[in-house]
Amino acid sequence: MDKEDLKYYAKVHSIESFGTVDGPGIRFVLFLQGCHLQCKYCHNRDTWDMNGGSYQSLDEIYEKILKYKNYICPNGGVTVTGGEPLLQIHFLISLFKKLKDSGIHTCIDTSGMVAITKNVEELLSLTDLVLLDIKHIDNEKCKELVGVGNTLELKFAKYLSDHNIPIWIRQVLVPGLTDDKEDLLKLKDFISTLKTVQKVELLPYHNMGSYKWKKLGNVYSLENTPPATPEDIERAKKILKI
Amino acid sequence: MKFDQWNGFKSGDWQSEINVRDFIQHNYTPYEGNEDFLEKPSPKTQKLWEKVLELYKKEHDAPGGVLDIDTKTVSTVSAHEAGYIDKDLETIVGLQTDAPLKRAIMPFGGIRIVEKSCEAYGRKVDEEVENIFHNYRKTHNDGVFDVYTPDIRAARSSHLITGLPDGYGRGRIIGDYRRVALYGIDCLIEQKNQELEILDVDDLTENIVREREEIREQIKALNALKIMASKYGFDISKPASNAKEAVQWLYFGYLAAIKDQNGAAMSIGRNTTFLDIYFERDLQNGTLTEAEAQEIMDHFVMKLRLVRFLRTPEYNELFSGDPVWVTESIGGMGIDGRTLVTKNSYRLLHSLENLGPAPEPNLTILWSTRLPENFKKYVTGLSIKTSSLQYENDDLMRITLGDDYAIACCVSPMKIGKQMQFFGARANLAKTLLYAINGGRDEVSGKQVTPKYQPILSEYLDYDEVMEKFDQMMEYVAKIYIKALNAIHYMHDKYSYEAIEMALHDKDIIRTMACGIAGLSVVADSLSAIKYAKVKVIRNDDGLAVDYEVEGDFPKYGNDDDRVDQIAVDIVKKFLIKLQKHQTYRNSKHTLSILTITSNVVYGKATGNTPDGRNAGEPFGPGANPLHGRDANGALAVMNTIAKLPFTNAEDGISYTFSITPNTLGKTQEQRVENLVNMLDGYFKQTGHHINVNVFDRKLLEDAMEHPEKYPQLTIRVSGYAVHFTKLTREQQLDVINRTIHERI
Repeated sequence: MDKEDLKYYAKVHSIESFGTVDGPGIRFVLFLQGCHLQCKYCHNRDTWDMNGGSYQSLDEIYEKILKYKNYICPNGGVTVTGGEPLLQIHFLISLFKKLKDSGIHTCIDTSGMVAITKNVEELLSLTDLVLLDIKHIDNEKCKELVGVGNTLELKFAKYLSDHNIPIWIRQVLVPGLTDDKEDLLKLKDFISTLKTVQKVELLPYHNMGSYKWKKLGNVYSLENTPPATPEDIERAKKILKI
Repeated sequence: MKFDQWNGFKSGDWQSEINVRDFIQHNYTPYEGNEDFLEKPSPKTQKLWEKVLELYKKEHDAPGGVLDIDTKTVSTVSAHEAGYIDKDLETIVGLQTDAPLKRAIMPFGGIRIVEKSCEAYGRKVDEEVENIFHNYRKTHNDGVFDVYTPDIRAARSSHLITGLPDGYGRGRIIGDYRRVALYGIDCLIEQKNQELEILDVDDLTENIVREREEIREQIKALNALKIMASKYGFDISKPASNAKEAVQWLYFGYLAAIKDQNGAAMSIGRNTTFLDIYFERDLQNGTLTEAEAQEIMDHFVMKLRLVRFLRTPEYNELFSGDPVWVTESIGGMGIDGRTLVTKNSYRLLHSLENLGPAPEPNLTILWSTRLPENFKKYVTGLSIKTSSLQYENDDLMRITLGDDYAIACCVSPMKIGKQMQFFGARANLAKTLLYAINGGRDEVSGKQVTPKYQPILSEYLDYDEVMEKFDQMMEYVAKIYIKALNAIHYMHDKYSYEAIEMALHDKDIIRTMACGIAGLSVVADSLSAIKYAKVKVIRNDDGLAVDYEVEGDFPKYGNDDDRVDQIAVDIVKKFLIKLQKHQTYRNSKHTLSILTITSNVVYGKATGNTPDGRNAGEPFGPGANPLHGRDANGALAVMNTIAKLPFTNAEDGISYTFSITPNTLGKTQEQRVENLVNMLDGYFKQTGHHINVNVFDRKLLEDAMEHPEKYPQLTIRVSGYAVHFTKLTREQQLDVINRTIHERI
C-alpha cells in the first residue's frame, strides 16, 4: 500500500498510552499531525504542520491499540486528538470501523471546524463521544483568537445534538480573551440548546507549551497573558452554572 | 492435639499436624464489604502514638539518626530485659532491647561491622564483647573472607558483583510466626523432637549431622522464645486463647527473629486473615468490640514501626532510609475462588489513616483481578493519599506458590514455613557489558579484573561481535557469582544460623539461590543502540574504551517496542541459564530478581559511560524501570515493556516503581481511584509482577528537600520498599525527583 493512501496511513505526531483526562476511563490517546487553525494559546504548536510527524499504517496503529485492551476496555477507550483529527478523516473511518468491531469505545477531540460532509457523517456514526472544543462563542473574537470564525463548529455541535451523539463541551479559559462574562453567558445559552451534552469542561489556560513555539522559531503572542488560576475557573464555572 | 484455646474453631488436619493454611481455610470469613465499619484511633492509641512521635523526633535529632545503642549485651532471643514505651498504654508489648529505639549489637554476623557501626555513631563496643568475638568466637564475616578466592575478591571490589551479604545478615527468611499463636511453643518443640527421630538413621552423613544440629538449635531457640515472653509476663507454651493473645504470641515470634538476626530484610509474612479468625471469634462471643480490635492492630503496627537495626553508613548508602522490610502481605485469592481479604486486612491498612503514613510495615497488596471491588477501591484510595503501598500479582504467583505465600523483602514470594531464600544481591550487567568490550579491564580503573582476553578493537561496535563477547563475559560473571554465594551461605549457616526463624519452618524446605540483575535497561538500550544505530568507541591513550558516540536513533526500553524489549527478555533468560550451570550450596534452586532497591544510584556511580549514551556515574533505572526520560509513550507503554520480562525466569521478583502526579491520574478522587484500579487490573493481566505506586507532585518533594521539618511522615515508594523521603541522602532525593514522574501538561 502507498503511504499516500489516506485510508490506510495516518500522519502521527505521538501517542500517550495512559490518557486520563480526554474522555471517560483510561484512554489510549492518538495525536494526529496537522491542524488548520492557528489558536494563539495552542500548547501543541508542533502538531500544526501537515509535513511533520511520521506515517504509520492502519494495522500498525490498530495492533498498538490492542496491546492496551486490558487497560482501556473496562470503561475507557481510544481518543483521537491532534492537531485536528478530522483532517485525516479517511483514516479515522477505517480505524473506527476496526475499533467498533473490537468493542472499543471511540472518541474524537475536535474543534468541529469542518463542514458536515458524507465522510464526516460516516465517521460520526462510528463515534461514541465527541470532545468539542468551542473556541469562542463570539464569531469575531473567535476569528481573532484562532484564525477563523465559529460558524462551522456551532453547526457541527447542532449536528451532534440532532444525531444523538454524546458531547463533552470544552473551552480553554484564557484570562482576558475567553472569560468575558457576556460571552460566557452566551456560551451557556448555546449549550442549553444542545440535547446531548454530558459534560462541560473549562480547561485552564497555561503557558507550558510556549517553548514549543520558540523552538520552531515562532512568536508566542500570549507571552504576557497570565495562566488561568483556580479562582478564574471557579468564577467562570459559576457563570456557566456548572 | 487438643486445646481448650481452640474451642469454637472448625476442625481439620491442622489439629493433627502443623498446618496453618488448613486452619485458615476451615475457619476464615471472607469480607467483600467496604471500609465503613472501621474505627478511629482510641484515646490510648493516640496517647501512645504521640509518645512514639516524640521518640522519632529525638532519634532524628541524634547523631546519625541513632538514638541509643546497647553496646554491652550480645543480642539473642532472650538476652535483653523487658522494655516498654509506656507500660500502661501498650496493648501489645515487646521491644528489641530494654528501651524503644535502642539498637542492639548482633556480632555473630561480624564483629568489625558492629564496631564500625558503633564508632560511626560515636559509641564503642564493650571490651569484653570485643575480646570474645576477636579471640574466641568466629563470625560469619570471618568465615566468608577465609574462603573467598582472588577472583571473587576482584569482582567484588570492582563492583561487578555488589551488595553481597558477606558483611551483613542475609535476611529474606520468613518464619511462620502464626504457628506460635495457633499451637503454642510446647507443641512446636514436640514437632521438632519428632523430626529429630526421623533423622535418627543408620548413617550419620554430613548432611544428617548438620540437620540434626540445626534442629537442636531450633529447639533451643524455641525455649529461649518462651523465656523472652515470660520476661513480659506471658506464658506462651500453650496456644493463644483470644485475639489479643494471638497478636501478642505472633508478635513475640517475630520479635525473637529480630532480636536474633540483623537481616537485610526481616519480613513478617501474611498474617491479617489468620488473625481475623481470632477477631471474629471474640466479636461473636461479645468479648471484643470493633474499637478494641482496631486498637490491638494499631498497637501491633506501632511495634512494627519501631523495629531498628544497627548498620554502617556504607550499608545505608546502598539501602537508604533505615529500611527493615517488615513486609506484610495482604489480600489475594484462595485457590477455591474465595477472596482472602478479611475485615482484619482493612484494620491493618487503616493504621495508615489512624497513625498516618509510614514506610514500615512494608504493606504489600496481593492483587488479583478478582479481588472484591470494595477492597480494590479502598487500597487504591489509600495509595493515592499515602504513597505507602506496593502491589504484586497474586494471579501470577498463585500458579506456582498456592495461596499461602508471602513476600520477603520487596518482591520475593515464598511459601510460608516451607521455603527460604539464600539472598544474593545482584550482578552489575551494565558493567559486564563494558568488560566484554574492554577484554575484562575495568572502564574506570583500567585494572584487569577478569582473566585477560581480546578486547573489541573496531572503531564502530558490531552487534554480533559484542553479543558474542558479552555472552562469554556473562558466563564468567555467573561463575564467580555462584562461587561467592556458595561461600557466603555456607558460612551464614555455620556461624549465624537463623535458628528461631527456621524453627518456624517445616523440616524439608525449598531453598532458592537468589541472584539478581542490576542495570538491565542500560544493557538493553546499549545493545539496541549498537544494533539499530551506529555506536562509535572513544578510547583513551591506554586503548581503553571510555566513551561512546551514538549516531542515529534506536528503539528504547520502556516504550513497548519489541525490538528492544526482546533483548531485555533474552538477557534475563540467558543469564539464568548461565547461573544454572553451576552447582549451588545445599542444592538450592537458581532464581533471579530484577530489583535494585535504592542501590541503582550506587551501581550507576561505579559504572562508566555506556553505549546507550548514559554518562559515567549516572544512576541506573531502579529495578526493571527504564532509564529516566527514555520512555516517550506514557505509563502504560512502560508497564507493557516490564510485563514482558518473564516471571518464570525471575521468580524472586521484577520491581517497577511508578510515579504520577494526582492531576495526571484523574481529575477527581473518584476518577483517580477508578483509573488506578483499571490500570492495576490491566498491568497484572499483562502478567506484570510488581508495582510501587506513588502519587505526588514534584513540587511537594522539592519543598520537602528544602524543609524536611515540615514533612516528618512524608512516605514514598522507592524500588521495593517505602521510605521517609527526608531520610534519603540528597543524591537519592534528587534521583527520585528526576526520575520520570508521569505528568501531562
